[in-house]
Amino acid sequence: MSNDPGSPTFTPVVAGSAIASGDAAASPASRVNVAHRGGEANQSADALKQTFGAAVRRVDVVWGETTVYIELARVHDAIKWLHDDASQRYDYLSDVTAVEFRDLEQPIEVVWHLRSLPYRRFIRIKAQIEKGQKLEAPSVWDIYRGADWLERECYDMFGIRFVGHPDLRRLLMWEQYKEGYPLRKDFPARGRFSRSEQLRQALAANPEARYSKDELSIADAFEDLPEDMKRRLRSGERVGE
Amino acid sequence: MATTKRTVEVELSTTGVDAQGRPQRVPLAVDEAGNVLTVEAPPQMEPDLVGEHMLINIGPQHPATHGVLRLVLELDGETVVRCIPHIGYLHCGFEKMGEYRQYNQIIPYTDREDYLNSPGNNVAFALGAERLFGIDITERCKVLRVMLCEMSRIISHLVWLGTTCIDIGAYTPFLWAFQQREKIYELFEAWIGARLTTTFTRVGGMGADIPDGWLEGLTAFTRNFPKVVEEIDRVITRNGIWAGRTVALGVMSPEEAVNYGLSGPMVRASGVAYDVRKDFPYLDYETYDFDVPVGTNGDVYDRFLVRMEELRQSTRIIEQAIKRLPDGPVNVDDHRVVLPPKSKATSDMESMIHHFKQVMEGPRPPIGECYVAVESPKGEKGYYMVSDGSPKPVRWRIRPPSFVNLSAIPRMVEGHLLSDVIAINASIDIVMGEIDR
Repeated sequence: MSNDPGSPTFTPVVAGSAIASGDAAASPASRVNVAHRGGEANQSADALKQTFGAAVRRVDVVWGETTVYIELARVHDAIKWLHDDASQRYDYLSDVTAVEFRDLEQPIEVVWHLRSLPYRRFIRIKAQIEKGQKLEAPSVWDIYRGADWLERECYDMFGIRFVGHPDLRRLLMWEQYKEGYPLRKDFPARGRFSRSEQLRQALAANPEARYSKDELSIADAFEDLPEDMKRRLRSGERVGE
Repeated sequence: MATTKRTVEVELSTTGVDAQGRPQRVPLAVDEAGNVLTVEAPPQMEPDLVGEHMLINIGPQHPATHGVLRLVLELDGETVVRCIPHIGYLHCGFEKMGEYRQYNQIIPYTDREDYLNSPGNNVAFALGAERLFGIDITERCKVLRVMLCEMSRIISHLVWLGTTCIDIGAYTPFLWAFQQREKIYELFEAWIGARLTTTFTRVGGMGADIPDGWLEGLTAFTRNFPKVVEEIDRVITRNGIWAGRTVALGVMSPEEAVNYGLSGPMVRASGVAYDVRKDFPYLDYETYDFDVPVGTNGDVYDRFLVRMEELRQSTRIIEQAIKRLPDGPVNVDDHRVVLPPKSKATSDMESMIHHFKQVMEGPRPPIGECYVAVESPKGEKGYYMVSDGSPKPVRWRIRPPSFVNLSAIPRMVEGHLLSDVIAINASIDIVMGEIDR
């Protein structure tokens, strides 16, 4: 297939191109009077049930949006199938995030928001991590490159390790951040450390330590650093590993 | 459409000089539709210059990074071999703060994330909260919100245009763009009272109706603005320097762009016709007549063309919105969520109780969750809210479009020259407030 950008035969990819002309999705409309519960589920939910059987735990339709709860071990297969299958073609990953509830008995949910641009569909995939279980979820980086930072942020904020992500390190917080995972419910809004401790750490931070070991090795500078700084860089990297 | 083709001679380009020491001249054909027909490949390194790699740090305090973005670049000569972006310098924890606030109290936070598109964010958040509460807003409110969204799209694109022109070395379009931006800010000031941090939507309506005579001001703007766009278009679109600094840089193929999750002008410049307003419409956007511009090359130049066209299309939408603006109330008549008028709250018992309940406890949505996406100037902006039935959300998640767009920057800059990093970074249209949140 030669569809190189800039070539004279280039044809744009059009969202909604796979929809049959008589389908209601061919002319989408703003939604009004959306029911709280019930309503028509996304047809991909049924297809998922048929393909993955008992791994599909539950299908919910809330405010017109379909949520499919899938067993954590099979969720990668299910998303891969949604991406690859010709009748689904969920080619766009909107978001990866997690939800922890105020009721601490409730499991943490990892949420994937997927869009099928050719069929104009939207689906929410959820996998639950029971309390006490290891906070691990499969990475979808091998399916969607856009998952890179989204998963890193989720790891940064919730401490969920995405297995299979090539470079899982903190993104918004700095690599030496030691207070934990800010969006967890047991994390106080003010942070774990006192203001004076936070200030002390900020002032004590060495600007050289802002480069990671990888980056300094580009310039062959790592070997020239004093021993204590090398140690700090080594320990600062890959928090949680 | 006429098919006359124009040829532009590029005298100054990043490729440098020829054997005689004169600037290399690269013919570039730009046809009427703005398509560049000849695309010059990025220059190859001289083999004997390949040697030790250099580490260079751009930012976080650098005007050309459009905020506190830090890029660590590994250079081979002047070619970027590896790019490691660092973000988070502006991280404020908006999502965490949102878990401690009632829905209407979160709206000020939405101003401060993508601060070039504050009214658009307010609208997006209000739409999400209204879905969660199960409210349908009034017709007049819908049209007013469409006006707000498109006005903020215009200012956001104008800031992008102005700052990108400065990055690439053109100063005049910056002044023209900011002059027009000021006109919209004056309209905001007249209606909203604030300019940058508007906080103007409420769950179920708006902070206020438009003042008398305000529409005339907006009409005058829509009449004048396309002329300025044409002027800027004439100055830079077929400009050799502009084309030389933007063509064939940071190319993303359509499949790649979708796979990387790009959205907005970034994905459309790559030739993917995906616009939330068209494909997953909200606020009755499907009833407005507007086009979605799509690029063919997926480079910096196409992103510029797409944004220029969006300026015109947004003006079209505003014109249609002015024509159809219906009379009627702005806020829904549901005092579970919308405050009763102050005069009634002090004279009528029932209204006072509603007022008290809302201010002291806050409206409670039913248990549920929703993900509402809108087309912000940067792309698909989504708010994901989870409610457990209490007045404060359990989780409020922002899906920031420029965050996802920026995550593709290593893919886009690798193999290009250091000076092109600035142009590619500018083309993403990042707002660090939104990326770091």
